[in-house]
Amino acid sequence: METKNLTCIGCPMGCSLTVSIDGENITVAGNTCPVGANYAKKEVTNPTRVVTSSVRVNGADIARVSVKTACDIPKNKIFDCMKEISAVEMTAPVCIGDVVIENCAGTGVAVIATKNVPCAG
Amino acid sequence: MTDIRYDVAVIGGGVIGSAIARELSRYELSVCVIEKEEDVCSGTSKANSAIVHAGYDAKPGSKKAERNVKGNAMMGDLARDLEFEFKRNGSLVLCFADEDMPKLGELYQRGLKNGVEVSILSGDEVRKMEPNITKEVVAALWAPTGGIVCPFGLTIALAENAADNGVEFIFNTAVTDIKKDAEGYVLVTNNGEIKTKAVVNAAGVYADTIHNMVSEKKLHITPRKGDYCLLDKEAGGHVSATVFQLPGKYGKGILVTPTVHGNLLLGPTAVDVEDKEYTATTAAEIADVVKKSAVSVKDIPYRLTITSFSGLRAHEDGDDFVIGEVADAPMFFDAAGIESPGLSSAPAIGVEVAELVAGKFDAKKKENFIAKRKGFVKLAEKSFEERAAKIKENPLYGVIVCRCMDVSEGEIVDAIHRTLGARSLDGIKRRVHQGMGRCQAGFCTSKTMEILSRETGIPMEKICKNSTGSEMLSRKM
Amino acid sequence: MKQYDIVVIGGGPAGLAAAISAKKAGVSDLLILERDATLGGILNQCIHNGFGLHTFKEELTGPEYAARFIEQVKEMEVPYKLGAMVLSISPEKVITYMSKTEGLVQISAKAIVLAMGCRERPRGALNIPGFRPAGIYSAGTAQRLMNIEGYSVGKEVVILGSGDIGLIMARRMTLEGANVKVVAELMPYSGGLKRNIVQCLNDFNIPLKLSHTVVGIDGKDRITGVTIAEVDANRQPIPGTEIHYDCDTLLLSCGLIPENELTREIGVEMNRVTSGPNVDDKLQTGAPGVFACGNVLHVHDLVDHVSSEAALAGENAAAYVLAENQTEKTHKVTLKAENGVRYTVPQTIDVENMRDSVTVRFRVADIYHNRAISVYYDGQKITSRKKRVLAPGEMEQVVLKKSSFAEYPDLKEIVICTEEV
Repeated sequence: METKNLTCIGCPMGCSLTVSIDGENITVAGNTCPVGANYAKKEVTNPTRVVTSSVRVNGADIARVSVKTACDIPKNKIFDCMKEISAVEMTAPVCIGDVVIENCAGTGVAVIATKNVPCAG
Repeated sequence: MTDIRYDVAVIGGGVIGSAIARELSRYELSVCVIEKEEDVCSGTSKANSAIVHAGYDAKPGSKKAERNVKGNAMMGDLARDLEFEFKRNGSLVLCFADEDMPKLGELYQRGLKNGVEVSILSGDEVRKMEPNITKEVVAALWAPTGGIVCPFGLTIALAENAADNGVEFIFNTAVTDIKKDAEGYVLVTNNGEIKTKAVVNAAGVYADTIHNMVSEKKLHITPRKGDYCLLDKEAGGHVSATVFQLPGKYGKGILVTPTVHGNLLLGPTAVDVEDKEYTATTAAEIADVVKKSAVSVKDIPYRLTITSFSGLRAHEDGDDFVIGEVADAPMFFDAAGIESPGLSSAPAIGVEVAELVAGKFDAKKKENFIAKRKGFVKLAEKSFEERAAKIKENPLYGVIVCRCMDVSEGEIVDAIHRTLGARSLDGIKRRVHQGMGRCQAGFCTSKTMEILSRETGIPMEKICKNSTGSEMLSRKM
Repeated sequence: MKQYDIVVIGGGPAGLAAAISAKKAGVSDLLILERDATLGGILNQCIHNGFGLHTFKEELTGPEYAARFIEQVKEMEVPYKLGAMVLSISPEKVITYMSKTEGLVQISAKAIVLAMGCRERPRGALNIPGFRPAGIYSAGTAQRLMNIEGYSVGKEVVILGSGDIGLIMARRMTLEGANVKVVAELMPYSGGLKRNIVQCLNDFNIPLKLSHTVVGIDGKDRITGVTIAEVDANRQPIPGTEIHYDCDTLLLSCGLIPENELTREIGVEMNRVTSGPNVDDKLQTGAPGVFACGNVLHVHDLVDHVSSEAALAGENAAAYVLAENQTEKTHKVTLKAENGVRYTVPQTIDVENMRDSVTVRFRVADIYHNRAISVYYDGQKITSRKKRVLAPGEMEQVVLKKSSFAEYPDLKEIVICTEEV
């Protein structure tokens, strides 16, 4: 049986988690809530992260509109995702939730805007 | 560069070069100032104690003593004519031990010989005048004519006025060699050759290098580094006079002074260095500044330190200013070894060198010399009504960019577009004090870059802190 | 001169929450003054997620969190002015502000809510020796340049300070292709949240060197390198431990300072530890009718706490305006922070006139394991709550109920402290 010590990133509490992996059987200790258990299980099998970044926006008073992946994506896809984000441009107006990329880096997850950006002026 | 030959080329756009250029611009002469950095006031002139010394300190009969007293006397009128910040706040030299009293007496006598108004105060009299002076102080020399000045303000005012009177300023240009020719000198620079009939060497810590290009009688200048701590305006009223220490059992002194901007300045240390560009502060020196300043003044709120910096004094081996035509290089004039009290002496040195040079040309004075210069508009110092009126005139005066120093976008735009306008962030800072406050440009850096880029057409990625190579950004995303 | 019932200084998270709750409490004659061109304050550049778990029970990015409040402000028709920089506030509550469109304006207010936020500690205040080249940024300045203006500040990066902004920027710059070589932290622990160390540093194999500081800066024009060294227990560099890093950028994330220039002008009593004004349980400063909340009062760890604190300040400001006759403070109890508790906010409680309960927020001085947070009323222990870990980077709180004071009619002092268990 393998054990791993993790710090939960589910919320600012940052609980110290101990994950015991026995084949298919994964048990988590140290978590204060179910988020911790879920996080730990994912982290030892298929770690994921939400990616936040920004893309260029034209016709606005600011240069960038902030974006995020609509949900967490596999950790090993972060840089592929960033590559696609870097290549995109938006045009104002942009609303929170607007889809920037429909399927980012083949993850099936969309990249969406996280800022309302009105037209310049 | 061009085929024209200047009458006079001044090497160095510090306070001395600018003072000389301004005085030369009174005459019918073609004059240029060659500066290796992107702006005037970029070397020793930008990092010093900002003191206008009364003149009691230098050896009677020395060039330092005489120019200091003359320069000090000129400063008031000059500040009025050229509108830079200057204040006579008086100087104190503190004596900490009875056995050092004879030394204080010597200083007093020297002051009298130099023609400076001085008096000796008892420890209690000093503390009555300055309540934060430590109880260890037994007596002090008081010189009411001592003052404080904005060294950027002074240098930029002189340079702007020189430019307004026709002097050409050539920036980003370093003199790498000097050749003599039939009509005078050819200055070899990184930007080609500049021909001139006469040369004035006001190159600060490089004045020996420049001098030695033409003369067999070598000069040697040691950069003497001094570290300073600058405290927030909240601490500015901690002392009202400039407080020096009598060299004595505590070693070489550290001064404590208010600045004309309302901050408190502590320093400098004195460490000889070899590198003429070595302006790095060291932990040991900063610690020394803190330790020694506490000997003079109690309860200095060191936690209000907003920055520390370092400057180089151009110390010549002969320990005095070197001013005059070089014996084996006719029409080549030195203003070298100008260390403290150089800032105080600058107005006098300017007149002296200009008269000397103009005399050689038998040059006539211009009839249309512009003797006055409008200073920077400082809205923070204006009344409610004046400020409201200015905003009505230009709405950009209503947009605060630098919160700590209360500097508006309009003032920054002015600093960029006036004579010898700012081309770098430091240039703006030295003109209108943006970014000089407690947050040290944390908030206003990006906005100031944007304004500079918009007004000059310099792309954002090329905006520099000061000279080329100090670009602020790496790329547009 | 136009008079308002309530003027809120600052349209960041604190100011927005305060204005909304003041309006909900029945005051419509109010105004938010915001110096920037948009509402939302620093949240606009905090594009990472992690905001709002307490307030909205979901994880939002900074701009999304701000937008929720901005929408409310707009729906409730709370008046606000943008590009309006407050220059001064007099003890008589006359506010002078300036804007491009209005010029110089003076208004007066029956109550004021201070919500100006904080700023980053600059290099100068840290006394880092060395040259002063370009390429040294406070982390927040670099963040603004990247996330709002769209410029990257450098490629090879060293970060001093492991505050949350520094950690967030380590990841941000890495994602944008920069090489973040090391994060050095003067203290033996990080001031940032643990989750940020995991997802901003560990995820990208960025080393965190605790008990290290920058002892030298190279480069006359643009920074070319820094030297870091280990520090001893007195935070003094240990000779021989120096390591040099080539870099073109040094980011500083070494603490935040409440921006209280305006507060000082009003002449209220300030707190040396928080750098904010002293306040009572209503978050009222020493000047009657002047309230403070958010990072101008004390630096918070989470924006959710800012929002709830600010809502209380707004509500109390409204109550102050709506009450015709102000009740005089009759029984002021002082709160004292002891044994590992650095400060408390509020600093006093008006027991007679307090609400049903008051939340006392504070930070601890060091990392503590298995300690209790205890509350004493005039020397008598009232509560004690055991905590596995206490860290300076995280704000703690205790809630004191009004009913708990019933048995202490002559109460003078409340002590909040940590205790060994």
